[in-house]
Amino acid sequence: MLKLIGSRLATAVPSLIGVVIVTFMLTRVLPGDTAAYFAGPAATAESIAEIRTKLGLDKPLPAQFVDYVSALAKGDLGSSLSTGQPVAAEISARLPASAELTLAGLVLALAIAVPFGIMAAVKQGSWVDHACRLITTAGVSLPVFFTGLLLVYVFYFKLGWAPAPLGRLDVFFSAPETVTGFYLIDSLIARDFETFRAALAQLAVPAITLAIFALAPIARMTRASMLSVLSSEFVRTARAAGLTDTTVIITYAFRNAMLPVVTTLGMVFSFLLGANVLVEKVFAWPGIGSYAVEALITSDYAPVQGFVLAMAILYVVLNLLIDIAYGIIDPRARSEA
Amino acid sequence: MHGIVDVTAQAAKTSEAPSGPLLEVRDLTVEFATRRGVVTAVSQVNLTLAKGETLGIVGESGSGKSVTSYTVMRILDRAGRIAEGSITFSGIDVAHAPESAMRDLRGREMSMIFQNPRAALNPIRTVGRQIGDVLLQHVQADARNVKEKVIDILKQVRIARPEERYHAYPFELSGGMCQRIVIALALACRPQLMIADEPTTGLDVTTQKAVMDLVTELTRERGMSTLLITHDLGLAAAYCDTVMVMEKGRVVETAPAERIFRDPQHPYTRKLMRATPRPGITLKDLLPEEPDVPPAPAENPLPLAGEGRVGAGASTMATVSGAGAVPLLKVENLLKEYPRQGAPSAFLSGLFGKKAPPEERIFRAVDGISFEVKKGESVGLVGESGCGKSTTSTIVMRLIDPTAGKITFDGEDISAIPAKDFAHHPLRGRIQMVFQDPTESLNPRYTAERAIADPLLRMGGMSGGAKLRARVAELAEMVGLPQNLLERFPHQLSGGQKARIGIARAIALDPDLVILDEPTAALDVSVQAVVLNLLEELKQRLGMSYLFVSHDLHVVGLLCDRVIVMRQGRIVEEGSSQQVLDAPKDAYTRELIAAIPHPPV
Repeated sequence: MLKLIGSRLATAVPSLIGVVIVTFMLTRVLPGDTAAYFAGPAATAESIAEIRTKLGLDKPLPAQFVDYVSALAKGDLGSSLSTGQPVAAEISARLPASAELTLAGLVLALAIAVPFGIMAAVKQGSWVDHACRLITTAGVSLPVFFTGLLLVYVFYFKLGWAPAPLGRLDVFFSAPETVTGFYLIDSLIARDFETFRAALAQLAVPAITLAIFALAPIARMTRASMLSVLSSEFVRTARAAGLTDTTVIITYAFRNAMLPVVTTLGMVFSFLLGANVLVEKVFAWPGIGSYAVEALITSDYAPVQGFVLAMAILYVVLNLLIDIAYGIIDPRARSEA
Repeated sequence: MHGIVDVTAQAAKTSEAPSGPLLEVRDLTVEFATRRGVVTAVSQVNLTLAKGETLGIVGESGSGKSVTSYTVMRILDRAGRIAEGSITFSGIDVAHAPESAMRDLRGREMSMIFQNPRAALNPIRTVGRQIGDVLLQHVQADARNVKEKVIDILKQVRIARPEERYHAYPFELSGGMCQRIVIALALACRPQLMIADEPTTGLDVTTQKAVMDLVTELTRERGMSTLLITHDLGLAAAYCDTVMVMEKGRVVETAPAERIFRDPQHPYTRKLMRATPRPGITLKDLLPEEPDVPPAPAENPLPLAGEGRVGAGASTMATVSGAGAVPLLKVENLLKEYPRQGAPSAFLSGLFGKKAPPEERIFRAVDGISFEVKKGESVGLVGESGCGKSTTSTIVMRLIDPTAGKITFDGEDISAIPAKDFAHHPLRGRIQMVFQDPTESLNPRYTAERAIADPLLRMGGMSGGAKLRARVAELAEMVGLPQNLLERFPHQLSGGQKARIGIARAIALDPDLVILDEPTAALDVSVQAVVLNLLEELKQRLGMSYLFVSHDLHVVGLLCDRVIVMRQGRIVEEGSSQQVLDAPKDAYTRELIAAIPHPPV
């Protein structure tokens, strides 16, 4: 198992190097002149040139790249031009917010989609199956900003059940002491249940929005892989041996059906990170997605580079986790390592 | 409808005082709801099985033998239902018993062993726990002593080192060992009835013998009744008291095993008997006596050209066995090694079968073998899985590179050409292959016509048009594939028809050497008889040489002039078919021949 993790990490190194190069190039070829943008509309040619020199943008590209990489090696991601803050600090403050939202959405989606998919497969053609198809189709068809706004309209504006969609915590509460950066966990560590409740209330609607989006691929994949496993020969053997339906479905079929679902999960997580940008906008969530979009609009290249790098590392970690999960479920994957 | 209590009470009563047969099936009709309407899979089947008796149900694919057995266990899939008739198992009405009562019967009173043992086991659960699940389900063990009991059962099915194997996953065990686990699973709760559904199909003959002997011994020892479902008359004859022959969902004949082989009554039974390869016959003997009946699969509406005139057109080529003194293919000291650590891919481990002891880091799949195939000669390459016969044929085909050794084809050294370059080599067209599984080896998106045209387009220098179509039609005629089937896709054709496409494709470029990799292993015996005759006729007509790879010595003996017996990558015996089959010199060959069950005719 350790060997597997080691080899996976080793293969991640070249892709991370690639990401560093590509993001550097991309931010340089993006349309828009950073220096001109920050000099303002009234700036003269001299002041633009001055800013350009200050930023190091007048150097040849290879020299700029060397500067970037050597700074990166020291953990310095540069500073945002619009806020003046170091990018590393801003990302580490905002990443937990995005991660908490995405994970909450994913866990919620899993909790609904997996049992739903199993039931749809076991009772193929029944009302559960049709309901599953209907809900999942609706889930992927509706864009997240639409479901987000709809949920805000219903639960905040009409019913008044949800708090105002303004960030991670109501203004009357102060953020719990940072341990993990996840408010739900940190507030529990601090034994501050009021804050926990408030954070949960803020998180609920955006998490549901993401979950609706993530439901479809997970439920469909669970259903499809359950169907193929249920018709396989070893399930017939288990039935012929008189095992109960619960044992057959959960112990025999579901564990095998889990394998493609786990693979799908990785993809779904990356879709969610993309969908996050819109959800964060709708709910004024102080996450990394909205930060990156703003930086991109203003040609603020340091935060964009930092964002892409953070995402790349996140994917590498995620894929590693999925490979480990695969190894735990499937002994064959373990022995191949 | 009985209540649960009712049924179990009934079961208890009957087990105290056994009277009458253990299993009685009366006028059973099973229907399947399909998209094209209701299909009757089994109709009006009657069978009686006494305690301790072994009944063989024999039939070809589609005869309803498996459906009958699944119905007895009531594990038909959703689409199937009992339309008519009754099934009584030790006094219980199986057709109407509630599901919970059936669940108690399954595994405890009646159990089943399956074809393809590896697929019949949960791939990600250790075999020990799978057997334990059954024991716990039927309260034959509790959490404390379950492991002990499982190991005890593993010992009974002769699994070596059971404590270790308890923790093994199915993929870590050989096919024969997996079948022992499946048997252990079925016998764990000492049921009264065991249904064996093609238990040894896909296993080597020696493994088959070991598995069947074990089943017989264990069931006899426990006084169990057995239902053996098989397509192999020889197997049924060797292991059953009574044999029931089924055709297209109906029982055509039921008689004591000894009598059915001595004096078969029904024409279908006779046809099956004739089609079964056995010693001392010729290829033509496999075909039915009636001259006008097409021996092709039943769904084939046209009488096929070719079948009727086996041997008639044989004189077109003068090169019959042994006539050509020049070796067409010469293999010298062929060696193929694989690194032993970690199977590189599923394909390779499939080729090896079971792995040899891990004392070396290098595994020799082919260990320095030499042989020749003369022009117009058929050579059989025989051995069990893992003996290196498939590796050898793949290397001769130049699909993989040998580690060492020389292959000379028609005077040219082809072993030096890397496998990836050989695909474009002019000699490629002269060596062709017919694959084992006619279904898997055809592109499901190609029609029969396109599949046959494929080699002509790639290497025959043809590019569509009337000439190509005429050639495809000609090839189809040669292999006896009706012209009206050329537009069909593989899934619309029968196994025999697909086998014909595979052969037509292989002979499209007029090859000199055709490698036949178990071309009939997936076919029913009557179809196999026709295909073997077709191959022989084509060889005579076109003057090809065959390298016939098979595990079945009888089939090889029928088609081949010479036989090479391989074991663990080496040749153990080589000689004319007759000589090897009638007077085998090597002990291993004798063992192989002895392991083949054959009907007493």
